[in-house]
Amino acid sequence: MKLTYSFGARIGGSKYPVYLLFLFITLLYQQNVQAQQPITDPTLDSILTIDLKEVIVISSFKKSMEHKAQSKPLSTLDQYLESSKKVTMIKRGAYAWDPMLNDMGSERLSITIDGMRIFGACTDKMDPITSYVDVSNLSDVQVNSGQQGARHGNTIAGAIDMRLEKSNFKPTGWTATVETGYETNNASRIVGGELNFSDERFYLDTDIIHRKAENYFAGGGEEVAFSQYEKYNLSANAGYQVSKNQKLLASFIFDEAHDVGYPALPMDVSLARAFIGSISWIQTEFIGELTHWETKLYANTITHVMDDSKRPEVPIRMDMPGWSDTYGFYSQAKLTLDNHAFLGKIDGFYNRSLAEMTMHPNDPNKQEMFMLTWPDVHTLNYGFYLEDNVNLKEGALKVSTRFALQSFNVTDDFGLNSLKIFYPDLERRQTRTLKSVSVHYQKNFKKLQLNLGIAYGDRAPSVSEGFGFYLFNSFDNHDYIGDPELKNEKVLEGNFKIGYALKGFTIGFEGNYFHTRDYIIGEIDSNLSVMTIGADGVKVYTNLSYANLYNLSVDMDYKITTELDWSGLVTYHRGTDHNGRNLPFISPFTYRTQLTYDDEHFSGTLSLTGALDQTKFNPGFGEDRTQAYAILSLSLGKTFSLGKNDLYAKVGLENLFDTYYSTYSDWNNIPRMGRNFFMTLSYAIN
Amino acid sequence: MRTIKSFIFLFALSIGITSCSDDSNGTTPVAENPLDAYSLTSSFEANGHVLELYSEKEGLTLGYNKLYLRIKEISTGTYVPNATISWNPMMHMADKSHSCPKSKISTMADNTVYTGFIVFQMASNADEHWELNLEYSFGGTTYTTSKQIEVNAPTDGNRTVNVFTGTDDTRYVLAMVPFAPEVAINDFSAVLYKMDSMISFPVVEDYSIAIDPRMPGMDNHSSPNNENLIYDRDTDSYNGKLSLTMTGYWKVNLQLLNPDGEPIKGEAVTEENESSSLYFELEF
Repeated sequence: MKLTYSFGARIGGSKYPVYLLFLFITLLYQQNVQAQQPITDPTLDSILTIDLKEVIVISSFKKSMEHKAQSKPLSTLDQYLESSKKVTMIKRGAYAWDPMLNDMGSERLSITIDGMRIFGACTDKMDPITSYVDVSNLSDVQVNSGQQGARHGNTIAGAIDMRLEKSNFKPTGWTATVETGYETNNASRIVGGELNFSDERFYLDTDIIHRKAENYFAGGGEEVAFSQYEKYNLSANAGYQVSKNQKLLASFIFDEAHDVGYPALPMDVSLARAFIGSISWIQTEFIGELTHWETKLYANTITHVMDDSKRPEVPIRMDMPGWSDTYGFYSQAKLTLDNHAFLGKIDGFYNRSLAEMTMHPNDPNKQEMFMLTWPDVHTLNYGFYLEDNVNLKEGALKVSTRFALQSFNVTDDFGLNSLKIFYPDLERRQTRTLKSVSVHYQKNFKKLQLNLGIAYGDRAPSVSEGFGFYLFNSFDNHDYIGDPELKNEKVLEGNFKIGYALKGFTIGFEGNYFHTRDYIIGEIDSNLSVMTIGADGVKVYTNLSYANLYNLSVDMDYKITTELDWSGLVTYHRGTDHNGRNLPFISPFTYRTQLTYDDEHFSGTLSLTGALDQTKFNPGFGEDRTQAYAILSLSLGKTFSLGKNDLYAKVGLENLFDTYYSTYSDWNNIPRMGRNFFMTLSYAIN
Repeated sequence: MRTIKSFIFLFALSIGITSCSDDSNGTTPVAENPLDAYSLTSSFEANGHVLELYSEKEGLTLGYNKLYLRIKEISTGTYVPNATISWNPMMHMADKSHSCPKSKISTMADNTVYTGFIVFQMASNADEHWELNLEYSFGGTTYTTSKQIEVNAPTDGNRTVNVFTGTDDTRYVLAMVPFAPEVAINDFSAVLYKMDSMISFPVVEDYSIAIDPRMPGMDNHSSPNNENLIYDRDTDSYNGKLSLTMTGYWKVNLQLLNPDGEPIKGEAVTEENESSSLYFELEF
């Protein structure tokens, strides 16, 4: 089946007119809504220069024109994350990409929403936390590498904190935005809207977005079956200024995806639903010298239903629902003494993770087969975090530490007995202590900036690593069994960054090194019999004596004129274990270069991304040599003023030459999207 | 419902929440009849007594049956304590009769209740029936009675008893002791008899039984940490451990070995050989 990528033809034959109509209705009827002029706030919140963090901006500062700053507004959050310098994404389809940082995945990462801990409910990582929010909810995503991310939780690779967008008592009054987008390749339709009210006393932000996409087509026109998805997301944020010094904030997100295909996996998802809520109290002044006191209580609940009902042929029909509920809190305050800026935080969360599998035998006279794949594990983690930022002459020092207690409780007897098949002496409860210490130093020379850091951290096994029961991994075609007696994984980390700036030209050379002791990975146990029909074997999570990983990158930016900007990035990664064996999912040499033009009314980008051959791969984990590729994309944007209101149109063409390719992080080598034409329209009512 | 419940607790502080166990409601009402939990399968009325035969499940089934007996004096309505009972089940076929493996009958803590087990190696049918002969004595007198009993084939068709001729030309009866299977490491027992004559089925001692549980519906998936059955002199049974990794249909493949470790019956399961000729089946 071949698809022609003619936009005109698509308009004629698809649902696109509905979306266009939607926009015109908005133009006609909503143009005369009266509202106050938005006040733009150009100040970024004070990022300490010493942080080697990357901030992925999702909404622009001029809030009413949401995504103008982006080369592809209304793209999925996954695409935003992928455009970052540090985050890479494992893809199992068009939806719910799984973020990696420093070539390490979710179990080594702390992923939070506004500091809230939240855990996916899928045993097969089909629902990373990033799939339960949408760009419409967020202002930015903060990426902290290594132990610099320890503020939100114990981590090895670092932290990704998705920060919610809030009007924050700016006197903007009523504002509204309507947005719509369409992509030709997978007939993706996006409709979203925002309605916000904000003044000095009170604000309420609401947004809603709907995405629906059909199967996508790889380069050359091959249809990728089971890559469709549909998703709704709505959120509300409110704040009330109790007194000059005190604020009460609340946030709520509802996110639901249906009929999500995972072409790289043998199963799909019929429902992935999250309710995410929080309430916070913020006080500028606290006790004595303590300031910026913030306390948050939060709760979230996830339901994830994996099934294979849409697959025409399977060895056996199965349902694999999972649930994950998390309740937590944190409370933090700041203290400034001379040239020291302290931040202290206490936090805790309580999570329950339950997942089950029911297999329907092909012989209808036989009983269903049932197992608990996550045995209702209750995780309780509480701890404290302390950091001190010291301002030095032409430099800065940051010292931070976290200490936490984490306990696991296998509450379900059925699940406990299941695990006891492998570990007859298993105790129901266990407690671990987790620690993190890091020191970062920054020295500023005239045009040179030098950052050096050293850190230690550890983490407990994830629920799957500790308690998973026959979790099938379709990448290496093995069933995985957890080991509750795993040791904590410990990392010794070193990092550096050298930055040089000269008249519009900046260059940064950055690297980090992770020496991980008791590295947790699945190893084949040839004595065990496979459960999944067609699997090659069973792996049990084990501690390797150590693994080493390093990442290097060179990042350049040249401002040719005030409007025209060129940037480039090359990265190199390497990961091996104690036997010199390659670690899985380590990126080959990659590069990216981009030319951006941006003036008041017009914007455009031309970008080239690519990678060299993946020569360092691990066949034992299902990897093979991924071929080199290079992809060219471009986008153009234009702002129109319609009375007081703004209309912003952006069009773009991705994978210009319709290249057929897959990357090292594409599950089972599923091809990526071929040529794709996208168009978005944003209409802001001021 | 889950969601709604979760939201009731939306802002509950996490640290305060601890899991509650619900294993405190284990009170059982005092039963007047100590055999209330069992099923009255048959009553033998003779000699001014009623012998009540109870089984763990409804009726008698092919294979191992754990049985309970009481003797009621009709005149007084009381149950007789500390009697001595023996039994002899007989299968009456068209051309011959034979017995089956059975235990001795012992008195339980409640001394009016007697217990033992019988392994029926075939079910009753239209032309062939089982008769249970009982001999009991108390107060210096010995009585006998007998009655036809019905032995049903299992409704699920699962095999729990094997009758076979071994490589040593001996005829054996091997039966699984019924248990409630769980996804866990289960205690697993079997009883083994040889057939010396039509009425003599002595216990076979000191053999061993290798087990290999498999799920034929799951590409012959097996489980780890099973323990082969070895002979226990105290109970006259073969005991081991059976791991079941999920619910559903399991075929427990068996290999019977004599005390010298020589195979008597059954084959190892391999890629080529899906199952042994000696096996038990269970489903839960």
